[in-house]
Amino acid sequence: MIRRTLMTTAAAGFALALGGTAMAGEPMDHVKACFVYVGPIGDGGWTFQHHQGALAVQETYGDKVEIQWQESVPEGADAERVLTQMALGGCNIIFTTSFGYMDATNAVAAKFSNVMFEHATGFKRDSANVSTYNARFYEGRAIEGLIAGRMTKSNKIGYIASFPIPEVVMGINSYFHHAKQVNPDVELTVIWAYTWFDPAKEADAAKAMIEQGVDVVASHTDSTAPLAEAAKSNGAVIGFGQASDMAEYKPSPRVASIIDNWAPYYVKRVGALLDGSYEQVDAWEGISGGEVLIGEITEAVPAEVKAEAEALRDAIAAGSYHPFTGPINKQDGSPWLAEGQTAPDGDLLGMGFYIEGVTGDIPQ
Amino acid sequence: MDIGGINPVILVASLMVAAVPIMLAALGELVVEKSGVLNLGVEGMMIVGAICGFIAAVGTQSPVAGFAAGAAGGAVLSLVFAFLTQVMLANQVATGLALTLFGLGLSSLMGQGYNGIKPPVTAKVPFGPLAEIPVLGPIVFGHDWMVYASIALVACVWWVLRATRLGLIIRAVGESHEAAHALGYKVNRIRLGCIAFGGAMAGLGGAYVSLVRVPQWVDGITAGAGWIALAIVVFASWRPWRVLIGAYLFGGISVLQLNLQAAGSGIPVEYLSMSPYLVTIVVLVIMSSGRGRASLNAPASLGQNFHAAR
Repeated sequence: MIRRTLMTTAAAGFALALGGTAMAGEPMDHVKACFVYVGPIGDGGWTFQHHQGALAVQETYGDKVEIQWQESVPEGADAERVLTQMALGGCNIIFTTSFGYMDATNAVAAKFSNVMFEHATGFKRDSANVSTYNARFYEGRAIEGLIAGRMTKSNKIGYIASFPIPEVVMGINSYFHHAKQVNPDVELTVIWAYTWFDPAKEADAAKAMIEQGVDVVASHTDSTAPLAEAAKSNGAVIGFGQASDMAEYKPSPRVASIIDNWAPYYVKRVGALLDGSYEQVDAWEGISGGEVLIGEITEAVPAEVKAEAEALRDAIAAGSYHPFTGPINKQDGSPWLAEGQTAPDGDLLGMGFYIEGVTGDIPQ
Repeated sequence: MDIGGINPVILVASLMVAAVPIMLAALGELVVEKSGVLNLGVEGMMIVGAICGFIAAVGTQSPVAGFAAGAAGGAVLSLVFAFLTQVMLANQVATGLALTLFGLGLSSLMGQGYNGIKPPVTAKVPFGPLAEIPVLGPIVFGHDWMVYASIALVACVWWVLRATRLGLIIRAVGESHEAAHALGYKVNRIRLGCIAFGGAMAGLGGAYVSLVRVPQWVDGITAGAGWIALAIVVFASWRPWRVLIGAYLFGGISVLQLNLQAAGSGIPVEYLSMSPYLVTIVVLVIMSSGRGRASLNAPASLGQNFHAAR
């Protein structure tokens, strides 16, 4: 108890002594960058890509940066403990890489004003030292949707969803919207797995879909299990690499992939802290900013579909096409976007509805 | 034939596959607990079995070698537990929990470099025309050999525990280790054997996850299956055939809820997801009420260490 009080006092003293230095924009000689991961680095997907970003930071700045990370941190009370420990342990900037860390990040950030917090995929920035960053994954989903709509033979496509949060709903809508544009008969099956990482469950979800006649499976969970399940079908079912390239399943079932590329952002932010130009931001880059990459579209996709998908990718990258361009109606038939109107970011970040044509309800 | 958009034949066939890992692990733990030892390290032994089996199967391109290595890996890890609890007389609950944490870390270390590799395919047993029979074909004749082996193992454990001298000794040690000792049985050695058997079964279950169910290696692949296996042992009130029922129930509900979603059913997912655990709680309540016959079935010396000098 005494030790804990001492530590808190020490931390408070430390905070007072250094409070505001980083925000005031003074350059730093040495930065300790810390990363909190929701899964194991070896997941081959989401966490793996964040770790690649962390390694890129180390490589870019060498001795000037020390990196530290913790894997498989549960979302909730444990996250708060880990964050507090990191803040007390001398971290200057802490990246929390999952939506579920949102409240923990803001709670701990309020206590350590001298430590910068960066929360991935969230929207709360309660204190000045909390920034949020995200990538426009829905842009990648548009390309997946186009391929799915063109490739499906049963006209049934599937989406293994993780949790009912705007990020995922956005992905489902973008995927379905672009499949529907090229194939009006397409039907979408959504399964909520309620996990980011549970290979057996993800495989079961893919299996359940395939048994119902789905022949294109997209996933919003982190492991390669859905692709492994699709691989059992001997080419009848295709899927996509999620978060990471998942190249080992080329050329089929993995016909394309969305790659999260966090390295540019991490390098930029740690660099800003080093040279004193660090400021609170709400970053949301997409294909154009290099944060979302589309992995190689394999020869399992016909050349004309591949060309069409690449044209869509380039249009999004050039900014000439927004994946949510009206007219788009909500599921209940009420209008959302008028002809030619593009979705405002606010609508996307708070997205809690399906677009017209998607069946089923979003679990509450 | 379809009920609510779900084909029951395919559902039963896939739940039989989904239940294999937890059934094997639970069956091993049942024998361990019958001998009076509580090993909470099932999850750790499963995942070490998963990676050992995976490495061996990839190295030799033989699924059989993979399953053998998985069982061996689980058994070796369980011997660590056996040494600590039977020789050093460490607390079983704490050691078991430590074993899980150790196993998770060890498997992650061993699995470095094995991400994204595909293991050899475990073939379905060729029943020829039998597999074409409607209804019965997919359910009874459409699986790989591990599914049949797991059911055979349930029968085997049931027979050994019930009808053989060995089973009687194991049960005696679990019920009253002092009485067994007085009769001249080597309590700790018998328990050591049971722990190794439990480890091998957990490892076999783990290998099934990494070689058949998911067919790949990723960190944390078992994702809590070991804890469900522990719950099934209690649910089954230490009876082998009830382990089979429990595993099908738990495996079945997880498959069913995904199928219901795929079929667009209106039943909220959350209710189905929690139902196996609700059933476990209900069973626990009934068992601890002290009236039901089942309540008499927990081994009396469960979780207690034994030393001959006492």
